[in-house]
Amino acid sequence: MAGSSVSVDYSEAMATAPIASGDWLVIAPILITMLGGAVCLMLRKNTDIQAKMGIALLGLLVLASLGLLIRVLDHGVITMVMGSWLPPFGIALTADALGATLTLIGAIVAFCAGVYGASTVDSTGRRYGFYPFLLLLMTGVSGAFLTADIFNLYVWFEVLLISSYGLLILGNDRIQLDGAVKYGVLNLVGTNLFLIATGLLYGIFGTLNMADIAIKVAELENPASGTLATVAALYFLAFAMKAAAFPVNFWLPASYHTPNIVVSAVFAGLLTKVGVYALIRIFVLILPESRIFMSDVIGWVAIVTLLTGAIGALAQSEVRRLLGYLVIAGIGSMLAGVAVGSVLAVSGAIFYAVHSIIVMTALYMASGIMNLLGGSYDLRKLGGLYQKNVTFAGVFLVLVFAVSGLPPFSGFWPKVILVDAAFQDDRVWLGAAILISGFLTTLAMGRVWIYAFWRGGPEGTPDGQTAQSVVTDTSQLTGAAVWLPLGILTALIIYFGLQPEWMLELSTQGASGVVDPLGYVRSVFGGEG
Amino acid sequence: MRTIIFRTIAPYLAALMVLFSIFVLLRGHNEPGGGFIGGLIAASALAIYGIACGVASVRRAIVFHPMGVAGFGLFIGALAGTLSFFKNQAFMTSQWLIFDLFGVEIPLSTPLVFDIGVYLVVVGAIGSIALALEERETD
Repeated sequence: MAGSSVSVDYSEAMATAPIASGDWLVIAPILITMLGGAVCLMLRKNTDIQAKMGIALLGLLVLASLGLLIRVLDHGVITMVMGSWLPPFGIALTADALGATLTLIGAIVAFCAGVYGASTVDSTGRRYGFYPFLLLLMTGVSGAFLTADIFNLYVWFEVLLISSYGLLILGNDRIQLDGAVKYGVLNLVGTNLFLIATGLLYGIFGTLNMADIAIKVAELENPASGTLATVAALYFLAFAMKAAAFPVNFWLPASYHTPNIVVSAVFAGLLTKVGVYALIRIFVLILPESRIFMSDVIGWVAIVTLLTGAIGALAQSEVRRLLGYLVIAGIGSMLAGVAVGSVLAVSGAIFYAVHSIIVMTALYMASGIMNLLGGSYDLRKLGGLYQKNVTFAGVFLVLVFAVSGLPPFSGFWPKVILVDAAFQDDRVWLGAAILISGFLTTLAMGRVWIYAFWRGGPEGTPDGQTAQSVVTDTSQLTGAAVWLPLGILTALIIYFGLQPEWMLELSTQGASGVVDPLGYVRSVFGGEG
Repeated sequence: MRTIIFRTIAPYLAALMVLFSIFVLLRGHNEPGGGFIGGLIAASALAIYGIACGVASVRRAIVFHPMGVAGFGLFIGALAGTLSFFKNQAFMTSQWLIFDLFGVEIPLSTPLVFDIGVYLVVVGAIGSIALALEERETD
């Protein structure tokens, strides 16, 4: 019974030292979105307040993640253990440079999506819960970036997946349900593999705390044992599914063009990158031996993913599907960084993830504007957009350059780093694949630019002539709601292109934090680690 | 399903189940039970009442939309963890308030609030699914 008292010395089981209020920033991104999402859920019927509240909360999320990043840069890695139970038993949330950077970029993208959605998601979509789902999606994404516990990572994956199912079928269209089934089934398989691998890992080490596992793996006598290799392979397959790497990439182009364009934008920006983040966390931080063991496999998967993505993009004439393939090509670049695994390569992968989150979201948002201007997502039917809006044409050209990895925009630097790291590691084919993929991406995106912007009208319009322009409903384009987010993201792309030092330093710090986990372990376990 | 026996017994059964679910919820801190299982029992009470007397009367009886109930549960569940902020302790550190009421010691705590949150989330979510399924059938 509860009454029977046994004297317990809590100082051995619980953290008793007072926590600085600033350390609450670790939990702030999760709390803001969870509390906010809950309130939005209660106000589901009140569509006007929801939009305002959603945007305000996402703005607050940006501020909180910025505060977290600044604190991490000032104080080093920050850990907070839930319920004050000491690790490895208590669940730790740990923010290092990698996690904090990605949380901030994710928050910015979500804020932009919230603003964009204010004009493109109609009141039906809002009543179905666009803002609650977006906020809870960010709970999952931020949680995944900040947790230091593998099972907890699984839980955050579930949170973000369930919210993403809700966002996918926002309008309940037939095609959306079709896309959601493909997306759902593959993700269910992926999460199950993740769970099985986590169970096996727990069986081997008896702990789920990432820092604790990292210590125990380092102490292992035979780190390349069969059981651990099985676990590593399962994790790789599970996260490759989430990240849409070849050969488990088919679900992405099959589902990402079905939902509302702003939902596609968030998904393309964030979801696959969470998979890549988990790969970096698990393979570089926790299981470095297994990463070395598997690096050739990861390298070849990266090469094929890079090429399938770029060639697939060339073959598409539907803008959203084309962009879906470009997401896949980007995943290949990040996998290349994991395959090489040096500080330089991982920093390239992190920088590339940041770039890809921003540029893919911006491109999907731009394709939504193309649809509003030109009345279609089909390259055969688009044309003459340059005449309709010159500024937008310029912005789109910036995005084309950025996604292809051409200077002076944000895609250039991570590609330089990744190619350099691949050559330093004697992986000539990997470096070559990144370059070829960049070239093919340039062709694919150049095609979009030429057809949609330069050509006078839809397919069949002779050169030098202008077809009767399609009359479209441009009421959504009058306000700032669609232009502001695209402007913010493009400004970031230009900024990271022209002033890459800040992001280079951040990603190098993030990479050295996972390649050498000492700081991470110390933060979780105190000085003794 | 709407036999006279079932329709007569269902309101009493549902009331008993809700009562039992609250009992299970409250004993959950140190013994088997808790918010999740209590919420499931309460949600099945809603389902039984819905089968017997129609979904419309269930919706009238619970006043709020089930999704709103779930949202409120999530809200107080998350809020329960933030009280420790004011004592400079980590998120979710439990806070206790133990007082005497007519000679009976009553322990109130943030884990209890959290558990009530879980209870409401489960009632809301599962109840909403159950009601939606029952509605389709009678359409």
